[in-house]
Amino acid sequence: MSARAFALVAGLVVLAVMLALLSRRQLKEKYAVLWLLVSAAVAVLALAPGLLDAVAGAVGVQVPLNLLLVLGLLVLLVVCVHLSWETSRLEDETRALAEEVALLRLQLEQGPPPDPGPGR
Amino acid sequence: MPQRRVLVVVPAFNEQECLPGVLAELAAALPQADVLVVDDASTDRTRQAALGAGVRVLSLPINLGVGGAMRAGYRYALRFGYDVVLQVDGDGQHDPRDAPALLAALDDGADVVIGARFAGTGEYDVRGPRRWAMRLLASSLSRRTGTRLTDTTSGFRACSRRAVALFARHYPAEYLGDTVEALVLASRSGLRVAQVPVTMRPRAGGRPSQSPLRAGAYLGRAALALVLARVRRYESVEDAA
Repeated sequence: MSARAFALVAGLVVLAVMLALLSRRQLKEKYAVLWLLVSAAVAVLALAPGLLDAVAGAVGVQVPLNLLLVLGLLVLLVVCVHLSWETSRLEDETRALAEEVALLRLQLEQGPPPDPGPGR
Repeated sequence: MPQRRVLVVVPAFNEQECLPGVLAELAAALPQADVLVVDDASTDRTRQAALGAGVRVLSLPINLGVGGAMRAGYRYALRFGYDVVLQVDGDGQHDPRDAPALLAALDDGADVVIGARFAGTGEYDVRGPRRWAMRLLASSLSRRTGTRLTDTTSGFRACSRRAVALFARHYPAEYLGDTVEALVLASRSGLRVAQVPVTMRPRAGGRPSQSPLRAGAYLGRAALALVLARVRRYESVEDAA
């Protein structure tokens, strides 16, 4: 199998997996978009290998493969940061829910606090 | 003393041994105050111990840490119209007999009152990086709040109604956030911070780790907490009350 065919197959496989996950509602659209773009890019580069050389020449990178690696790293970095951000948000939401559940449980089992106090 | 409703919030994680003693002392020192134990998903019988002592228990379904437990307590206080929240640790480190002094400082116009060791009474000795961390926090937060603070990580605090409204919405849950970041947040929101000397007792069970490595990590986290507290943005909290 040539490298081009391998890249093309890889891109198509990722594309297919993403579409399958999406159609089964296992993946939120916002996460899928990025991977769809990545797999589409891989497929395009496999079909038109001259494209990478042209882009590398245009931005002044002498070895086209280096451009590909740098871009790959950047994409992974962005994905990681995005996931950290989402996790932080989820933790905040979980915390708020936990507090609310505890407050509701207290009111259900122990009633409102004693003696609201005069003049209030 | 004016007619105000005081809520004592006791964050507790696996404190079934110490809690009954703390609650008994609290009832003796502040007979008119309501007490709320926030059980931070304890795995022992903390909840039963508190209920057995006749106080109300807020049981968090997942462990949130002291900051998370306290925000839940502040939200409870805000929801049920308490004027003042007093935080007392469940491990017996804080002497409830000092509580009236903290509440008195609120009457003098402070919004957040810290019960501080190193401020004269009691004996408590720390050395090495941990001490440097405490110095760093103390000096930087003193400058920030415009008042001399010696023990910024103390969990023995009293909060006015304004502070309760603020903390009910934004109480940092991260490590050191509940003590350090909360103070920066308070001063940035225009609240007055004050400290009152108190006696700290050795904790009843378990010892804090004092290895140099841990202490060094503590220093780093303290510095990070300070930086984070400075750069973080908060929404307006005026409408919270």
